[in-house]
Amino acid sequence: MQPTATNVASPSVGLVEGFDPRSRQLGELPLSPSMQRFADEAQRLPTEEIIINMGPSHPAMHGTVRVVLRIDGETIKDADVQVGYLHRGFEKECEGGTYTQIFPYVDRLNYVSPMLNNVGYARAVEKLLGITERIPERAEYIRVIVGEIARVCDHITCIVASLAELGGITAFFYGIRAREHFWELLEDLSGARLTHSYCRIGGVAWDLTQNFPEKCRTKIAKVRALVDDVRKLVERNRIFLDRMDGVGIISAADALSYGITGPCLRATGVAYDVRKDHPYSVYDHFDFDIPVADTGDNLGRYLVRVEEIDQSLKIVEQALVQIPPGPVIVDDPLIALPPKREVYNSIEGMIAHFKHIMDGLRVPPGETYSATEAGNGELGFYIVSDGSGRPYKCRCRPPSFYTTAALRQLIVGANIADIVPIFGSLNMIGGECDR
Amino acid sequence: MASLSESLLQAFPEGIIETGSYLGDEIVVVEREFLVAVLSYLREDPSAAFEMLMDLTAVDYLGQVPRFEVVYELYSVSQKHRIRVKVRVDEASEDCWVPTATSLWLSANWSEREVWDLYGIRFEGHPDLRRILMYEEFVGHPLRKDYPQNARQPLIRRPDAPRTDDQTTRLLEGSHDRRVSG
Repeated sequence: MQPTATNVASPSVGLVEGFDPRSRQLGELPLSPSMQRFADEAQRLPTEEIIINMGPSHPAMHGTVRVVLRIDGETIKDADVQVGYLHRGFEKECEGGTYTQIFPYVDRLNYVSPMLNNVGYARAVEKLLGITERIPERAEYIRVIVGEIARVCDHITCIVASLAELGGITAFFYGIRAREHFWELLEDLSGARLTHSYCRIGGVAWDLTQNFPEKCRTKIAKVRALVDDVRKLVERNRIFLDRMDGVGIISAADALSYGITGPCLRATGVAYDVRKDHPYSVYDHFDFDIPVADTGDNLGRYLVRVEEIDQSLKIVEQALVQIPPGPVIVDDPLIALPPKREVYNSIEGMIAHFKHIMDGLRVPPGETYSATEAGNGELGFYIVSDGSGRPYKCRCRPPSFYTTAALRQLIVGANIADIVPIFGSLNMIGGECDR
Repeated sequence: MASLSESLLQAFPEGIIETGSYLGDEIVVVEREFLVAVLSYLREDPSAAFEMLMDLTAVDYLGQVPRFEVVYELYSVSQKHRIRVKVRVDEASEDCWVPTATSLWLSANWSEREVWDLYGIRFEGHPDLRRILMYEEFVGHPLRKDYPQNARQPLIRRPDAPRTDDQTTRLLEGSHDRRVSG
């Protein structure tokens, strides 16, 4: 199936009717004669290459990344990007936990969209168990709803944090208010603002709250208005456009070779999205587009994310209408925890509960790689099982890690100040990159 | 998808140890001597066209011979298919190496550094094989099964250990051959 792609760089998609950010005619401001002499003089000054250090505790390095730069004046000659400052030993910890105990760990991978990590991990274990087809449809719809909400939170955070670093602090406040609406909604549902641990192997922990659909629709309307406000603030702003348009360009071939996925890849014109190319869950029930831009620059990545927010909200709206009634977790005592009333009132329930908690659910020996589309791109889990209740190996394929690997190529030759918007638009999440 | 394994078997009759499929994932186990040839065939052949090295990791089967399995997860955006290529290496230090794939995919650079860092499998020919997630002074390779989960190491610089800062400075100043552009 060929994915339908909307080119967000085309004029018709711009928020302001008929305005295309790329067609603007600004031109260079002329310098006064004395300033011109000064600028010419500065060109002839002798320079010396120096090595400076940026991060890991630099305000613009919002993960914890250290970049060692060799610079000549303002120009970056070479860079060494160092990650790992947030390494917690995710894989080693997983090898010691039962399959269910890993959910809190995956929450902390991409901590801006934990629901998507939950879904990605649950699907990998379900594939290994061979129960992908048996997941109740209502559970799949709930996963899509919370997952797409998490994706919107992820994109909003990336966009507005990056804008704040360019001086647009108002946009940041609007965006954070929008994210707060959705976090309130998810807190209402899961009990936690950030580390939800809401999915389970075989479904989700519990059903939607009673008036979730109405609350969700109200929140969507509020978020739409706030995202529009953010766009109106920046999309015709000269500082924003100068620092985004044509800065940090990567070609499609290089992006593929670096293993870049998600919005950063789609900004180079490759319409690869796991939800469309390999539809999983119930994503084939919805009508949505995969936005692409063909420039591969900061502005392209911004426009793709903005359009994806809209597409994700559309998916949530459709899912709220289509969602069928029914159970939310697979009916199998070997996979799902028994209901509490059985645990407290029957010996069989008590034993099943005990075995689940102490030994974990048994996964047949084997190995699998399962991919889902997370906020930053393809989130893969490669799980090796030896037949016990704990994974022999639980590898996470972190989209941010591969995107950050391309940072060096993107900033060499650019100015020091360009690091900030380039790094911001890649949306490196420390918890996911360093695991 | 069966044709992919078949064409590999035809092209490298001695290089392929096993082919198979599990839960819909295509798996090929290759001899180390043929690894780069197989990977570059999979990248260049039009019917395979694996433009992406999606993921690279290793598994430690402690107690088995050979002990490690290095796992390459490939994906083709144009053909929309995946394949998993595996190569087996043993723990003895003269045998614990794999040829690098950095000349085929840019993503191999960092992911091979990660496998070296966490499993101690060398990638021969890698332009810049440093630790990436752990710090340079760390002793051992933490994802090996014989590295205890609760082990703690003091973060004290040993006098003979390479200093991270010196090494970085040397890399940036020296005429190293890391590629800037793909």
